[in-house]
Order: sequence, then structure tokens, then C-alpha cells
Amino acid sequence: MTPLLAARGLACARGGVLVLEGLDLELAPGAALALRGPNGVGKTTLLRTLAGLQPPAAGTILAAPEAVAYAAHADGLKATLTAAENLGFWAAVHGTDAAGAALAALDLAALADRPAGNLSAGQKRRLGLARLLVTGRPLWLLDEPTVSLDAAAVARFAEVLRGHLARGGAALIATHADLALPEAGVLELAPFRARLRPVTRGDFDAAFG
Amino acid sequence: MRALLLRDLRLALRSGGGFGLSLAFFLIVAVLVPLGVGPEGATLARIAPGILWVGALLSCLLSLDRIFALDREDGSLELLATAPIPLEAVAAAKAAAHWLTTGLPLVAAAPLVGVLLNLPGQGTGWLVASLALGTPALSAIGTFGAALTVGLKRGGLLLSLLVLPLYIPTLVFGAEAVARGAAGLPAATPLLLLAGITAGAVALLPFATAAAIRVNLR
Repeated sequence: MTPLLAARGLACARGGVLVLEGLDLELAPGAALALRGPNGVGKTTLLRTLAGLQPPAAGTILAAPEAVAYAAHADGLKATLTAAENLGFWAAVHGTDAAGAALAALDLAALADRPAGNLSAGQKRRLGLARLLVTGRPLWLLDEPTVSLDAAAVARFAEVLRGHLARGGAALIATHADLALPEAGVLELAPFRARLRPVTRGDFDAAFG
Repeated sequence: MRALLLRDLRLALRSGGGFGLSLAFFLIVAVLVPLGVGPEGATLARIAPGILWVGALLSCLLSLDRIFALDREDGSLELLATAPIPLEAVAAAKAAAHWLTTGLPLVAAAPLVGVLLNLPGQGTGWLVASLALGTPALSAIGTFGAALTVGLKRGGLLLSLLVLPLYIPTLVFGAEAVARGAAGLPAATPLLLLAGITAGAVALLPFATAAAIRVNLR
């Protein structure tokens, strides 16, 4: 089975400093991988690199085009739009019409007409995660998805995640919490930590790296 | 792209969206200048084209830093960058939304504001035409400036300094077209140059804007 995502000899930099190097990873359809490591080891940097938001400092990334749905720390919600409008916007951008189903999947149907600014932190997070469902994309890159979720919401999200994997999706999850997902593999990032040195790519762009 | 345009328009119309800010600023300039300069009709008529265009330009500038900064803060800009629409289309939609919420109201209010400044009647048509042709360039150039400064906290000052020099040609030809029109002289040449600036800015700057966003998101 061709993997949804493969990276070879990957190195990532943050702020012009290498944080990870020599990383190989592969995600087949149906697989989930939890990224672990202490704060600052480069979990977010790795996810941003794999999402195509920043170029890798070295190595190659092979991913199906338009396969990646990235969920960052920030949920990308507009406070003055309602939950349904927020989700409807992302559904329209991604050309799907799964907003209603996504709201129901994360138990947000009752809050559909509330402005996102009036939702609690956990409800906002659930709305941010519901966005993953409306993208219709197979590869989820999740950055601390369970922050500010209560136990019931974590269980519900694990269920959503399991459904996504069963449909042939894959997920890469940076997390400190236990996701109650025993089938997920674990990738410890600490061994790939780069020795502290600036990126050798000495061009002008490095200043923006 | 249409979804993004509609969302931005909807956001602008909701509370705190900033719709009307530019229009209010434009009206304030038009009300205050006659009070400051004095009630002499001839003087006002002579300076009206310049004042109107400077007012339109500054009121455009007022709302520029919101174009990308809010999306950057709440994380939507990163999510848009990974969405299936190209960033060039995002830039074009953002510029269009900015024009619809700031430039278009200025065009609509221009005849009234011209009266406040004693602009000769034959200049009104030229004022509306020049603003309609010129303000899209202000939005496109401003969107580019906003993309350059999107990574900076409180980048408003730098944004103004970057954008103002780029606004000068638009201002010169816009004000010239109105002044010539008001004086009964042929004004087609500055108006055509204005249209040329707008066509160039609208066609090329979305690409520069997208490139600037990509660099700033790294």
C-alpha cells in the first residue's frame, strides 16, 4: 500500500536554528502516529514542515497533493461568526458540504447558531477539530488536539479519529496527553534532536526562516 | 475564493468589523477642511480635488493593517495557506473585499462630499470616475503592504511608510483628473493613466502578496 506520507532524512529549522535532523517517517492509510518529546523538541515545527508551511532544511517529503489537513494551536475561528458559519466557510473553501455532519460528530449541533466568540475554550477547540472533517482530506496533522478538552470530549474525538482511520485516513498527532488510541504508534522525537547550530543555508532567506 | 470574499464582507458588516470607518474618516476630512480653511468658495473649489483624493487615500490606509493581521492572529491565515485555493486567489479576494468595504463607499459618497468642498459641478463626474478607477489600486497596493508586514506586531507604522510612496502615482493622476475636469479641461489622459496603474496593480500584485505571505508564514 502506498503511504500517504513519507519523509526521508528530514531536517527542520525554527528561527534559523536546526531543531530536528535525520528523521524518517512513513504513514500508511489507516495508521496513526503520536509524536512525543519534551517542550521545544520541534513537534510543531515538524508538523508545519510536513504541512508545507515552511520548507525542510534538508531531506524530502513525499505526500499526495492536497492530502494534508493541518490543525494548529489556533483554531482559525472568527468570533463574530456563528459556529455553523465558521464551519460552513471552511467547507466551502474545501468544496465539501459536510458542515452539519461535522458539527454533530463533535457534539456541537446545539451550539450551531452561537457566535464562536461566546463558546468556551473547549467548545472552540471542538469546533476547530470539526474543521478537519469538512476538509475531506485523508492526512490529519494535529498539534496538541486535546488541549482544553474534557474527558468526554477527548473520548469523542478519539472516536472521530478512529472513524477517520477506518475510512483509510491517517493522522500524525503531537500530544502530551493519552489519546486512548492503543493502535497508534509512538514516535519519540528526542533522539532526532539536532545539535544546536544555525542552518547552513546561508542565503538571504535564512533570515526569515 | 467566493467563500472567502463573502466571509470577509460578512465579517466587515458584523460588530467590530470596521465597515464604515473609512467612510466616516473621509466625511470628517471633508467637513473639517472647510472649517479650517475658511468659507471662501473660490479657495475651496481650487483645493477640493487634492483634498478629496488625499482624504480618500488616507481613509484607505486606515483599514489596511486589518487585512491579514486578524487572520494571522486567529490562525486562519495558516489554514488558508494549506487550503486548496492558491494564496494568489486569497490575496485577490482579500483586496477585493477591502475595496468593497472601503473604496466603493467612498465612490458612492463622493458626489455629496464634493458639494461640501464646493467642487464645481462639472468636476463631480470626474471625481466619481477617478475614485472608481483609482481606489482598486489603493486596495491592491495596500494588501501587498499588509502582507509584507503581517508577521509584525503593531506593524501599522511600517505598513504606512511602505505603502505611502507606492500610493503617490495614484494620488497624482487621480487629483489631476479631477482638477482638470473641474476646470473644464480635457481630463481623459490622467484618467487613462490612473486606469493603467489600477490594471497593473490588480493584475500583478496578488502574486507579490502571496509570495510575501509565504515568506512571513515560515
